[in-house]
Amino acid sequence: MTHLTAKDKETVKTFWAKISSNGAAIGADALSRMLVVYPQTKTYFSHWKDLSPGSAPVKKHGATVMSGVADAVAKIDDLTAGLLSLSELHAFTLRVDPSNFKILSHNILVVLAIMFPTDFTPEVHVAMDKFLAAVARALSEKYR
Amino acid sequence: MVEWTDAERNAIATLWSNIDVGEIGPQALARLLVVFPWTQRYFSTFGDLSTPAAIAANPKVAQHGKTVMGGLEIAVKNMDNIKAAYAKLSVMHSEKLHVDPDNFRVLAECISVGVAAKFGPSVFTPGFQEAWQKFLAVVVSALGKQYH
Repeated sequence: MTHLTAKDKETVKTFWAKISSNGAAIGADALSRMLVVYPQTKTYFSHWKDLSPGSAPVKKHGATVMSGVADAVAKIDDLTAGLLSLSELHAFTLRVDPSNFKILSHNILVVLAIMFPTDFTPEVHVAMDKFLAAVARALSEKYR
Repeated sequence: MVEWTDAERNAIATLWSNIDVGEIGPQALARLLVVFPWTQRYFSTFGDLSTPAAIAANPKVAQHGKTVMGGLEIAVKNMDNIKAAYAKLSVMHSEKLHVDPDNFRVLAECISVGVAAKFGPSVFTPGFQEAWQKFLAVVVSALGKQYH
């Protein structure tokens, strides 16, 4: 995967400005879908009482994850440095297998298509896909 | 053989009966060519693919998108034997078209994004998404089966 061009960053920032107020809802829906469509991801949440779509822990965690994405948008010019502590968290404490970043990214993109069908053009799609891949890479930095 | 629950069969039938291949197919192929631009390597005879606008307006892309999306009909009509139903098409994609089978997976992603945008949250629920993605994954696998 290549780095983000100036155009990619501009596209991501513009699109994010439009949708950021829906961050928590996007996160909740993406996480709900991930747990249903990719049941192997449920293994990370055995401590939750309720993993059904839209449940309280799913909503709360979806909001948490998307505020991390919002933070990444703000730090888009240096994701490695900007997401350093989140990377350490994922590497040493959470130890989420990095293949799951791709899975969650896919579900975020599906939710964006559902919620913003006219704005989520192919050009926005490619910029967001690249951005989420870059975020995943930054989160994986400290793994080994 | 793939096991389908009644809910999955219902989801796939519901979605398929409301999909216009002439609408979703062109969108999905255009999306593929923009989001995964290396896929353009298979379409050097299609004319202008230089910008997203050119791709969206390209009549060969539209025609081919419709053809490919229409190919899913084979799976809908042969749910209990998708692998065998696509054997010939798999051989063709391998030996005649020389398409890297990983492209089937990324096209499936683009189709799912288009279907999600079209049907919205009340129809394209997590349960429907699961069934639809499973369906496409089986087709993708079948199309890659005859490669060696």
